Amino acid sequence: MMMMSIPKQDTLDILCPMHVQVDATGHITHVGPTLRKVRPGKPWVGERVLEVLRIMRPREVMNMDELFRILGDKLHIELRDAPRTGLKGVAMPDGTGGVIVNLTFGISVLDAVRDFALSSADFAPTDLTVEMLYLVEAKSAAMEASRKLNLRLQGAKLAAEQQAVTDTLTGLKNRRAMDQALEKYVEMGRPFALMHIDLDYFKAVNDTYGHAAGDHVLLNVATIFRRMTRVGDIIARVGGDEFVVLMPGNTVKSNLTRTGQRIIDALEKPTDFKGETCRISGSIGTVIWNGRSDVNPETLMDDADVALYASKNAGRARQTFYDPKLRDST
Amino acid sequence: MHGLALRAVQLFVNDCHGAAKWAKILNSAGFEFDEFEAMLDYEEEVAQKLLVAMTDVLERPASDILEDIGTYLVSHPNVEALRRLLRFGGVTFEEFLHSLDELPDRARLAVPDLVLPSIELREHSAVNFSIICQGNFEGFGHVLAGLLRTMADDYGALAFVEHGGGGQGAETLSVTLLEATFSEGRKFDLGAHVA
Repeated sequence: MMMMSIPKQDTLDILCPMHVQVDATGHITHVGPTLRKVRPGKPWVGERVLEVLRIMRPREVMNMDELFRILGDKLHIELRDAPRTGLKGVAMPDGTGGVIVNLTFGISVLDAVRDFALSSADFAPTDLTVEMLYLVEAKSAAMEASRKLNLRLQGAKLAAEQQAVTDTLTGLKNRRAMDQALEKYVEMGRPFALMHIDLDYFKAVNDTYGHAAGDHVLLNVATIFRRMTRVGDIIARVGGDEFVVLMPGNTVKSNLTRTGQRIIDALEKPTDFKGETCRISGSIGTVIWNGRSDVNPETLMDDADVALYASKNAGRARQTFYDPKLRDST
Repeated sequence: MHGLALRAVQLFVNDCHGAAKWAKILNSAGFEFDEFEAMLDYEEEVAQKLLVAMTDVLERPASDILEDIGTYLVSHPNVEALRRLLRFGGVTFEEFLHSLDELPDRARLAVPDLVLPSIELREHSAVNFSIICQGNFEGFGHVLAGLLRTMADDYGALAFVEHGGGGQGAETLSVTLLEATFSEGRKFDLGAHVA
């Protein structure tokens, strides 16, 4: 076998700044410049390699014979000194009976660079470590920018939702818009009637024919309300199958009775959905405000609600006007 | 134009000239928003409108403003990340100059849709270089000139950078490296990154 000579130390220091030269007896004879920084103050040279490096994989190495059996294999190594930096490596014969172990930080490189204050010059020009560090920083900066954008967009979306005054399915106003309108009319002292309508048997339609049928019925109901009310009336869907109509200036009980009845009649007309006939009805509770008494908008809503439940209790499909006596009976 | 670039300009105005000027600039440009989003894309003309508004409000020629932006980008603590990313390009200023060719690729590695003007370094002698940049934003050469001057300081090198004008979409810079290690420069700690 031809004897080879170890390349000059300068050559190896540049090509592999993290290599360790070990003689046949397992003693270190030279280490690359970057590795020297990794155990500051330690001699390296003259130390036993296996007392400095703990070779864990492919298997725990206890002596040089075992190391010679895994030449060329990928080694998982840990420095025995704190902070027990993890290393990857490969060992090959040096041609004179010893071995050269070339090392790299592998995935622990971020910590190692910080722990040992390494610079770009500590890595071989062919080593992609610095590019990897660049990429980590660049990507986390980009990620941070994206994250901030997402946060801002989410904030904007929430704000938009809070400001929304429309029920997305029916296009009617939502509860928020109704609350605002109520407050406004009470504040201005303008008389109005407040009609609270709850659909009867709607849950049965939903359960029997599905949500698509339910949505179809709701759209139809919205059309009925639009047709049966006047232009200035405010119609809101305030719950799954609950609606409130605010009718400014409409305080004549006989008119309201007729309007309520027309609404109930229209609601009771069956609607077809994909060949199925959907039947619902409606219960109504109505409160009239004269525009003078000192009143809280919430109380008016509650009054309408009490009247509505009176309709429900009396057998549904009817309209009840609020009367304080209703509260006594419940 | 990429929002990252426009947002950098926004940071520059706010940090160097104050929020009031920024508001004036947006107003003068006719934009109806308060800030640029780094991760969104904007029409090319937005950058031109912005620059015109900046010259009006800051009352300085565009080339001066663009150079200031270049300086700001690699010296202000609020954009330290960028200076760090550039320092990855090389251990010395000369090595950094040689890494400029790959700057657009490096940028794309970080943000795939970020398109920078192409940059070509020509070495005339050990100390004389010219840099040709080509892209669709006229004036980028001035940004690069400010950036290179500041990076030379950062590396502790003494360099003379001059914008040599341009034409047909290309701008030429000349760089004279007077002394590679003139001062200590600023420290670049490879592992200093804090996310």
